[in-house]
Amino acid sequence: MAYIKNHPILGTMEKKRYVTVTVDGRNIQGIEGEPIAAALLANGIRVFRYTQKFKEPRGLFCGIGQCTDCLMEVDGVPNVKTCVTPLKEGMIIKTQRGFGEELTNGKL
Amino acid sequence: MENYDVIVVGGGPAGLGAAIEAAKFGAKTLLLDENMKPGGQLFKQIHKFFGSKEHYAGIRGYKIGEKLLQEAADLHVTLKLNTRVWGIFPDGVVTAYCEKQSMKFRAEMLILATGASENVLSFPGCSLPGVITAGAAQTMVNLYRVLPGRRFVVVGSGNVGLIVTYQLKQAGADILAVVEALPQVTGYGVHAAKVKRAGVKILLGHTVKEARGKKELEQVVLCKLGKNMELLKESELILEADTVCLAVGLSPRVELAALSGCRLVYSPVLGGMLPWHDENMCTTNPRILVAGDLAGVEEASTALEEGRLAGLAAVRKLGINLKFAAELEREMGQIKARLNKLRQGPYGAKRQLAKKELLSKGPVKEFCL
Repeated sequence: MAYIKNHPILGTMEKKRYVTVTVDGRNIQGIEGEPIAAALLANGIRVFRYTQKFKEPRGLFCGIGQCTDCLMEVDGVPNVKTCVTPLKEGMIIKTQRGFGEELTNGKL
Repeated sequence: MENYDVIVVGGGPAGLGAAIEAAKFGAKTLLLDENMKPGGQLFKQIHKFFGSKEHYAGIRGYKIGEKLLQEAADLHVTLKLNTRVWGIFPDGVVTAYCEKQSMKFRAEMLILATGASENVLSFPGCSLPGVITAGAAQTMVNLYRVLPGRRFVVVGSGNVGLIVTYQLKQAGADILAVVEALPQVTGYGVHAAKVKRAGVKILLGHTVKEARGKKELEQVVLCKLGKNMELLKESELILEADTVCLAVGLSPRVELAALSGCRLVYSPVLGGMLPWHDENMCTTNPRILVAGDLAGVEEASTALEEGRLAGLAAVRKLGINLKFAAELEREMGQIKARLNKLRQGPYGAKRQLAKKELLSKGPVKEFCL
């Protein structure tokens, strides 16, 4: 995990509560309440989904819930905007393929 | 359904200013925001603001945000977060999506302060993970203390590009270059000087030709531009960057204004399509006022003042607390004077002119789309 612990303007990072979530079956740690996308980036994960038609990778783009590039499957729900959804203990996060596993029956 | 005198949509500097002024003059005010936290982009602004004392000069953006939120709370402005407005009806009913259900509110006057969205730039590879907006970088770094990459190229030398470059530097990132298509830096000299002092190269007359990478961004190909903005292919420059930040301007978020029948006009200087409004921020829909970047992309300080003005104008239209009418007029006059002051200098004057042009032409058809 890479957080900016000391910042010249913002100062030292306050003590935060860390939670564990799984991403494609792998456990990672992040800060409770931060956007899912922030936790993924802090753990070096940058590909969040693949598009339906051309299977192109997408990741964070606008960071404020406007663009839908950062959609992932979270706890079985596809199309979750990870840049504006707070991270919670035990979340099961999956790289989204196309419209999501449920909608494509896992085929892509 | 909850009833209010004034509903403000958007809790950035403009929306907060509007809600504060409306509530100060006795209007029952509701402030709706789609985000988890209010304040819009203010809490990402960790640099000091310019201007005079009334404009919080020398104070960092997030401190201004904290002050405004406290003021709104003290005035009993009702604040609803995670609430995305999806409909505005002719009778003043506002429908919003909140906690997986639709809610209804109603008010006599509505103030839209929905802000702006960042423009994008198209080039081969622009959809690769690692190509992000400058705002996204600022959000990740200043709010969540996460660097979205290590080695950055920033596209655009306007104020957003320059400030984000400097803030990425402060957070420990490597900035390989700031790229600007025009032959000169487009942001304030003060910001450009800071960036240069930090040792960052600003490549003028250059653009991104291509972003390369298998699954994520690995390389950025830059290219010089000719006199007619054509790519000069022999001048290619390859940088091993893992992140590109696009800072190529903003456009007003006009969806709700358009939806509610406000007539839109076009002004390149103010960011493109925007709801026509008069000097008191009133639109062609008598129930709706606008403020901030939605009413023309400017700065946080102008947004705040426009918001305040819209809040007061809404109260005046409501006709409540008439015994304070003189005070209200005086305050509106003062805000207009402050806005005039903010719209000076080579950048401000252009926007001042564009706003005046809007007024003088009126919401006429030939001028509108």
